[in-house]
Amino acid sequence: MNPRIRNIAALVVFGSFAILPLLAQVLGDSFLIVVATRILAFAIAALALDLILGYGGMVSFGHAAYLGLGAYSVAMLSRAGITDLGLHLLGGIAMATPFALITGAISLRTRGVYFIMITLAFAQMAYFFFVSLSAYGGDDGVTLAARSTLLGQPLLENDTTLFYATLALLIAAYLLALRITGSRFGRVLTGTRENPLRMQAIGFSPFPYQLTAYVISGCIASVAGVMLANQTEFVSPALMNWHRSGELIVMVVLGGIGNLIGAVGGAVIALLLEEWLSRMSEHWPLFFGLFLVIVVLASRDGISGLIRRIGGGK
Amino acid sequence: MSLLTVQNLRKSYGALKVTDDVSLSVEPGELHAIIGPNGAGKTTLISQLSGQLRSDSGRVIFDGADITEMRMPQRARRGLSRSFQITSILPGFSVLENVSAAVQARSGSSFRFFAPVAAEAGLNTSAIAALTRVGLQDRAAQRAGSLSHGEKRQLELAIALATQPRLLLLDEPLAGTSGSEAERLVQVIASLKGEVTVLLIEHDMDAVFALADRISVLVYGRVIATGAPDAIRADLQVRAAYLGEDA
Repeated sequence: MNPRIRNIAALVVFGSFAILPLLAQVLGDSFLIVVATRILAFAIAALALDLILGYGGMVSFGHAAYLGLGAYSVAMLSRAGITDLGLHLLGGIAMATPFALITGAISLRTRGVYFIMITLAFAQMAYFFFVSLSAYGGDDGVTLAARSTLLGQPLLENDTTLFYATLALLIAAYLLALRITGSRFGRVLTGTRENPLRMQAIGFSPFPYQLTAYVISGCIASVAGVMLANQTEFVSPALMNWHRSGELIVMVVLGGIGNLIGAVGGAVIALLLEEWLSRMSEHWPLFFGLFLVIVVLASRDGISGLIRRIGGGK
Repeated sequence: MSLLTVQNLRKSYGALKVTDDVSLSVEPGELHAIIGPNGAGKTTLISQLSGQLRSDSGRVIFDGADITEMRMPQRARRGLSRSFQITSILPGFSVLENVSAAVQARSGSSFRFFAPVAAEAGLNTSAIAALTRVGLQDRAAQRAGSLSHGEKRQLELAIALATQPRLLLLDEPLAGTSGSEAERLVQVIASLKGEVTVLLIEHDMDAVFALADRISVLVYGRVIATGAPDAIRADLQVRAAYLGEDA
């Protein structure tokens, strides 16, 4: 994507979120902030997925597992008396890293549809592990005693503070991913998606680069899980259900793969539509599916493709 | 000492012996051509030498080290670089990025996550030098996938050169090019003589006899003759097997 258009899109998206609490105050609708926080958290996960799906050509159908690992990190550490958000984030990363290393190393032995299936299988294994974890409510999950603390204070109990904390993490993740994709590492990752044989012929072994990207992506997605747990103050295996992994793919494809801000926009549009359509009809997934079909048919690159066409960029 | 020594290399697909006990050597600085009729196993041999294909048996020794068990990326990092008969580029990258990626492979770690690679002057300067060498410098900013076929062949060569090869394996670099494009590529390959050792597979006999210091003839997976171009041209066995009556 044209960097200028991408920067404008990023400014518009993040800027709109930044002034949203003002709007909520004017409208007197505090529920808006709750919905927006959920959207921001999923946007982090969609961004993480785009990093490997869009840039690395690795279609992970198991990224909801990392949402769950992040969320359970909050539940487990809180119960152990550790309440700091920073430590909860570290805890999520500490669980996501070995899981991504092991499952990634095995999954990356396969390609295409087999990669999709094996990532799904690993995520389901994680799902059923937490279903059977009775100490944390098993299938029913567990309610958090409180949200994570910030600087030793219960600052995140305020919905607006939690919202801004999530927005800050999304922007940080976006900037990090932007740097990574433009680096030497990012070039090897993208080149391997383009033509693995060519990259091998000039001396790159794809595996270590792909695995590293897979782990980075899993860690970023676990951050989303930590924030989701805080938003709902409730953690359950439902968060790592395979439907969720599918929704993350939908967000990335809807927004347009391989430009990062598209994934964020995809998360926003998908969740807003879900919110809006589900109020109108219980058969809302039908209409959502129709919308997805139209977007994908109209533009190969989802929403970002449409914006690009309107913006006249290439 | 030879730069590349191939000893009793074999590769079979079922009952079909594609590479049948091939032994040959490439001396430092020479341009060694391999010719042979269609289906003689030339591309298979190149794939075995570059590490893309595993050999059933035999040894490949490059610069004194046994590289038989090494895969393609390892061999490439040692200076054994190949081009492909069917153009293999990064179509979504710019022409410059295609070549710059090859430079990157030979200059330092690529586990660098933050510094913008597009701004690395060292990579871009070397890439432009390789592009200039093949005459593609004016296309640097263009998307590689949008190049003409002939230009893609030039790019393929520039990528291989940018890896700073000590031995360049060229698999039919002139395949599908027009007369003037082929002429240009032959000039570039000729300019490499004495600088880079080249193992060349090519169907264009005029190009082969103009460029090669030595020629090996491959027929049904076997090397039936190796020698200077004049000797090969005069060899009766080669004539019968390959060049035809009126050669």
